[in-house]
Amino acid sequence: MAVELAIKDQKQEKKLFVARAIVLFVLTLLLMGVLVARLIKLQVYDHATYKNRSDENRLQVQTLAPPRGMIFDRQGTILADNQNSPLLAVVPDRIEDMDASLALVLELLELPPNAREGFQRRLEARNRPGTPVVLLDSLTAEQVAVLAVNRHRLKGIEVINRLVRHYPLKSVAAHAVGSVRRPTVADLRELPTVQYSATEFIGKRGVEAFYEPELHGEVGYQKVEKDAHGRIREALEVKEPEAGKNIKLHLDARLQAASVAALAGRRGAIVALEPATGGVLSLVSEPSYDPNLFVSGMNTAEFRALSESIYTPLFNRAISGQYAPGSTFKPLVGLSGIALGNTTWEEEIEDRGEFRLPGQERVYRDWSWTRDDTGGQGIVDLRRAIYRSSNVYFYDLASRMEIEAFIEFVSQFGLGSNFALDLPQAAQGLLPNPDWKRENKDLPWYPGDSVNLGIGQGDLLATPMQMATVAAIIANRGRIVEPQMLMQVGNYPPAERSEPRYIEGLTGADWDLVVSAMEDVVHRGGQGYRNNGTAWAYIGQNLEYRMAGKSGTAQVVEIYQGEEYDEEQLSELNRKHAWFIAFAPVEDPKIAVAVLVENGGGGSSVAAPVAREVIDAYLNPQFLEQASR
Amino acid sequence: MNQDFQRQVPELAAAAVPRWYDRIHIDPILVGLLILVVLFGLTVLRSAVDGDDALFMAQANRFGLAFLVMVIMAQVPPNLYMRWAPMLYLICLILLALTFFFGAEVKGSRRWLDVPHLLRFQPSELIKIVVPMSVAWYLHQRILPPSAKHVLISLLIILVPAIVIGQQPDLGTGILVVAAGLSVLMFAGLHWRWVFYAMLLAVLTTPIVWQYVLTGYQKQRILTLFDPEGDPLGAGWNIIQSTTAIGSGGLFGKGLFQGSQSYLDFLPEARTDFIVAVMGEELGFFGIFALLALYLLIIARCLFLAADASSTFGRLLAGALTMTFFVYLFVNIAMVSGLLPVVGVPLPLVSYGGTSAITLMAGFGIIMSMRSHKAW
Repeated sequence: MAVELAIKDQKQEKKLFVARAIVLFVLTLLLMGVLVARLIKLQVYDHATYKNRSDENRLQVQTLAPPRGMIFDRQGTILADNQNSPLLAVVPDRIEDMDASLALVLELLELPPNAREGFQRRLEARNRPGTPVVLLDSLTAEQVAVLAVNRHRLKGIEVINRLVRHYPLKSVAAHAVGSVRRPTVADLRELPTVQYSATEFIGKRGVEAFYEPELHGEVGYQKVEKDAHGRIREALEVKEPEAGKNIKLHLDARLQAASVAALAGRRGAIVALEPATGGVLSLVSEPSYDPNLFVSGMNTAEFRALSESIYTPLFNRAISGQYAPGSTFKPLVGLSGIALGNTTWEEEIEDRGEFRLPGQERVYRDWSWTRDDTGGQGIVDLRRAIYRSSNVYFYDLASRMEIEAFIEFVSQFGLGSNFALDLPQAAQGLLPNPDWKRENKDLPWYPGDSVNLGIGQGDLLATPMQMATVAAIIANRGRIVEPQMLMQVGNYPPAERSEPRYIEGLTGADWDLVVSAMEDVVHRGGQGYRNNGTAWAYIGQNLEYRMAGKSGTAQVVEIYQGEEYDEEQLSELNRKHAWFIAFAPVEDPKIAVAVLVENGGGGSSVAAPVAREVIDAYLNPQFLEQASR
Repeated sequence: MNQDFQRQVPELAAAAVPRWYDRIHIDPILVGLLILVVLFGLTVLRSAVDGDDALFMAQANRFGLAFLVMVIMAQVPPNLYMRWAPMLYLICLILLALTFFFGAEVKGSRRWLDVPHLLRFQPSELIKIVVPMSVAWYLHQRILPPSAKHVLISLLIILVPAIVIGQQPDLGTGILVVAAGLSVLMFAGLHWRWVFYAMLLAVLTTPIVWQYVLTGYQKQRILTLFDPEGDPLGAGWNIIQSTTAIGSGGLFGKGLFQGSQSYLDFLPEARTDFIVAVMGEELGFFGIFALLALYLLIIARCLFLAADASSTFGRLLAGALTMTFFVYLFVNIAMVSGLLPVVGVPLPLVSYGGTSAITLMAGFGIIMSMRSHKAW
């Protein structure tokens, strides 16, 4: 190297560089010339062609939206399909006097003057260039006729037939199936450009959103020749779009309707699962809304009524509503005590209606406590504690359990997490533990927290979906299920899931005993008030099958006087929530249910009859016969 | 410098008194041109992001950072670059290997090296500078024009990282790295005869490359070039849309913020790789022509600075970085206007996105350093 450096001729090398730089610069100039030539070709010679493409036709290749896959229930009842709907659209570029045209439309269709604002809003919204802007979503036959007669006066205004989503069950299955909406600008940025270039509606909630990729289908296209007015003269080549896949849900439309009827207009939620598969048989959240409104469009007042109602019809209580589970949580506390060795099925305590932690003043009372201190359930073992719903038994048991181990055990049932396979928006509830309390409240875990947890109160929160899962797991004697809406895509069931998992730490005998105790909640009757199951008087008589259940009455986070609520609403909203979880038939469970009635009052008196109605409907032989068809 | 000689040539006497910009090693002409291009680009981007001020500001800030990087790179003396070239090359190879095995996968290719919470970058960006630097370092110590042996070793230096990058796969960057390395060889005086043979070889092996090297996807992109309407929803979509946008712009364009083709859905990647289409539609032929003219002036100025550098290393590196800049813009505009297949190369100093802007400005900083630091 040193030798070479020694004889390097610096001047010569610089000269060489300059020579090369000149050559390369000339090359650069030539290549720039190629670019300029290309631009001249595109922008000068072929300008007319491209301008035409861009202005008149926008696309010589026009994309065709695929028909969206249909959604069926387990018997093949249609939950969502597509219907031909004539709509009124305008191509702004082809209209000379927009004001006059709109006025004419208003006049011909005899629309109220305020409809004009709606038109204006749609025209000002971001629209795809060159594509028609939809003014009215669904035209009646008369309106179509009027427009057809006056067609010559309506240049640039078109009646277009296209398929739009239709939900025949209307509000009944709105929260179960979800709905489609027009995509927002943000959605359009996320969606695959080409695939969605002709699509007008995308799944925005529920099953419609989760299975969007399956339901959407493959876009098609046609190469068209258009006349000067932009009307299609001839389709030169057509590739038909490929329809989205049809999907089938575990949902049972009739059970869904029966569940809505059982709630009888009260606010609340019902989730019914098939214990064997975790399939969601019904999913109800009331009040509900008509998803067709999101397709056909609604005015501002209608939308405001939906979105601003204090009863929140758009809120899916079944999967997103989080409530203290109250006494429905007690079977899990009991099972935890057995699994962790803190109690046995034989152990008895005396319940005098109140409980104190050692060395503390605060009194925790039983639900049956009365002012003259006659409350309490007497001598109770775990079985009696469940069918009588003894608070004192579970206060005592919870206070003796190691909190981390207790929480760990309970979490196996899906509390504090979302077990549902295809409901990603489902809330996780809240399973508090000392770490959580330190992080979120900056307080240590007090023994009193465990005591409250023993009866499903305190910070504990669960959704109806989670409590239905708990019921299904108990029905399965410990085999864990993951709720799923989907039964089939096209003609295929979804991929098999991993190995079955089981709740750890319990024997078959333990499961039989807890199921039997929950059976007593419903069936143990005629033994005098103090010895009957809590729900027997309300649902246990003349039952043709064996049902196991557990009631719960959950305290409500107090709502204080505020501008939004009047006095009557306030007292209503501060009433307790009624819960009931159940499954039946006990020996071979076909259905597991969780019922929540918001501000309903007592679990046994209010929620249990709802649960029975739902299960009756499902186990009714006639109903099952239809189902098997 | 010799006093008598200075007295005879008054311009040199004046040059001997360093101006303020010489002291911070900045070339005002080049910087002025760069600022013009950046302002031009931001104006077009403003239209392409369509009211999304956050995106626009992010890009403006990025250019602020890029200019800072440029100034810093200009302060580093050339001998430091040369001393560090081999070490940087080794580091880059290691980083590339790490990316290959542990890189974060984004849209099907592994380009990013992710150190959680700390940084996330593409080692392949660094390579665009380090490869020409290493080849220049190697050839600086040889007699030029280089002998066959030295040419082969230079090719090895270029191809090892380029092939790894091609495997990521990141064809765009791979091409730029090869272009950067080869232009060092060109500036070093590679015999024209060999250049001719290489081109002949390339032509003759085309069928073999087509048959055995290119993947179906890459072939599709090339075929699309000749018949974009053959697959109008797939590979042809971008070309149909971008040529329509450019063509519809005509001589003078539809005016800023007036482009309809570049709205939301029609033009994919409108603010990144395909921003020329927005420019062509809204500002027309003269708009793009003005940009090309600015680019040409930048290239001319850079080549002048390169020729004026005081060492072979400096000349070779500065020249190569200039040519990389040209390849960047040529590939991008040719691709968007339907002359070359679609490869992911942004339009330099205009496309939205930070990494390439910073690499490019670092390159301009190095070019200015090579010329400005005289004594070493």
